[in-house]
Amino acid sequence: MIVAKQKPIEEIIETLKGYNKILILGCNECVTVCEAGGKKEVAVLASALRMYFMNQGQEVKIEEATLERQCDHEYLEEIRKTVDQYDAVLSLACGVGVQFLAEKYMHTPILPGVDTCFMGVTEERGVWSERCQGCGQCILAWTAGICPVSRCAKRLLNGPCGGSSKGKCEINKEVPCAWQIIIDRLNELGRMEDYERLIPIKDWSTERAGGPRKVVREDVRS
Amino acid sequence: MNEEKTPSKLEKILRAGHLAVTSECGPPRGSEAGHITKKAEMIRNHVDAVNITDNQTSVTRLCSLAACIHLKMMGLEPVLQMVTRDRNRIAIQSDILGAASFDIFNILCLSGDHQSFGDNPKGQNVFDLDSMQLIQTVRHMRDEGKFLGGDSIERPPRMFVGAAANPFADPFEIRVPRLAKKIAAGVEFIQTQCIYNVEKFELWLKLARERGLTEKIFILAGVTPFKSVGMAKYMKNRVPGMDVPDELVKRMSGVAKEKQPEEGLQICVETIQRLKEQKGVRGFHIMAIEWEEKVPEIVERSGLYPRPNVN
Ligand code: SF4
Repeated sequence: MIVAKQKPIEEIIETLKGYNKILILGCNECVTVCEAGGKKEVAVLASALRMYFMNQGQEVKIEEATLERQCDHEYLEEIRKTVDQYDAVLSLACGVGVQFLAEKYMHTPILPGVDTCFMGVTEERGVWSERCQGCGQCILAWTAGICPVSRCAKRLLNGPCGGSSKGKCEINKEVPCAWQIIIDRLNELGRMEDYERLIPIKDWSTERAGGPRKVVREDVRS
Repeated sequence: MNEEKTPSKLEKILRAGHLAVTSECGPPRGSEAGHITKKAEMIRNHVDAVNITDNQTSVTRLCSLAACIHLKMMGLEPVLQMVTRDRNRIAIQSDILGAASFDIFNILCLSGDHQSFGDNPKGQNVFDLDSMQLIQTVRHMRDEGKFLGGDSIERPPRMFVGAAANPFADPFEIRVPRLAKKIAAGVEFIQTQCIYNVEKFELWLKLARERGLTEKIFILAGVTPFKSVGMAKYMKNRVPGMDVPDELVKRMSGVAKEKQPEEGLQICVETIQRLKEQKGVRGFHIMAIEWEEKVPEIVERSGLYPRPNVN
């Protein structure tokens, strides 16, 4: 899933300055799972903001809604009829949802309520960590199913570096060394000989480096 | 291992079967070239080549290439250290050509410390290539006379290609396979991480010997003298991938403060003397961090002086 975290409320308040009627719009997908922008978080944030504005003696109306997804036209259309009533929409979806909203509703300021962080997993409740950076050309077949692009601090395709120590990365004793995990897996799989295969220079043009990306599937286009 | 591939003096010395001696100089945090030329002057008669570090520990300094040119102009033999942290493949190939245009004949291919250690922890990193792929890149440019993109290079670089090896990093079991991998990538000489845990180094070397790897490349054993017990402790606890046995810290703290520098030098000389006898050690890389003036003494006391004349 896409993992996000809530922005500090002070920052949100700052961006809401001058708007009197605001819709807080949650998303039922990834941000619900990572507890940053689902229905529950929308409600909590809405109460906090109402309280804040009341204490400030400001009359600001805050309304709540949560869509199935903010990355699909179909669901975004659900607010077409009502969106004009608001001075601004604060979206608690990831940056994808915020932008799709902004592209769709030209006359309404759309503001982000979360910081979108990465694609990752729930390690345990309250702990999420990164697993993929969408490089556009998966190499997991060659690295025992563990990704050095997203999990090695230096993106070494032929690691580990000289800083790997007791299973941890040189940048921080809390961060596991991706290459230690890869080697442990290769050991378990009885495939240590794979370690000596040189992974060639990567084509990064399918990654961020190549500019904005797009996938087109003619066979499923309507 | 006899066929010379470049005009590198370091390569000549190694292929002639001499124990080579290299050292390193860190460029200054400013544009005063005198800092580096002064350091180089202190060691010029006692070493065969001088590594110039590339923004080591990610702290911004005068660039390695410019410092190498200063050394070259003094008639010294520089080893251009290059990390992949700060340059993409365009900049890497371009800098290699720039160095080649000044007849810099040695390069050390590194990935580089993560930028979070340095003075710009908020900066981007590049890591378009890793150190293995940098080795491949230099070999490709030199041996095929081609850019990575496939076009021909007019006057290709002639560089003796080196890399680092850290026998002390984890996991230990892949440290020799990793060396094999660097050899497969095309590396010709290795300078190791500072050796304090001599036994562990000797085990690594033995495993490398058993795989025949020491016949394929020249391994220069890295050493760094302690200036004080404080430095020994710092290296032990704070520098990632460094293995300083407790006995050495104890030995350093066992002597009075003013005697500690001498004790540090003595440990360094003993390490060299012991490793000189090891099959597969083809020279020494003496990294006297901000203590370059002691390099001549270390070289002399270790019986590595005078340096051979190969030209
Ligand atoms: S310690 Fe491991 S994860 Fe960290 S940079 Fe080095 S190889 Fe990558």
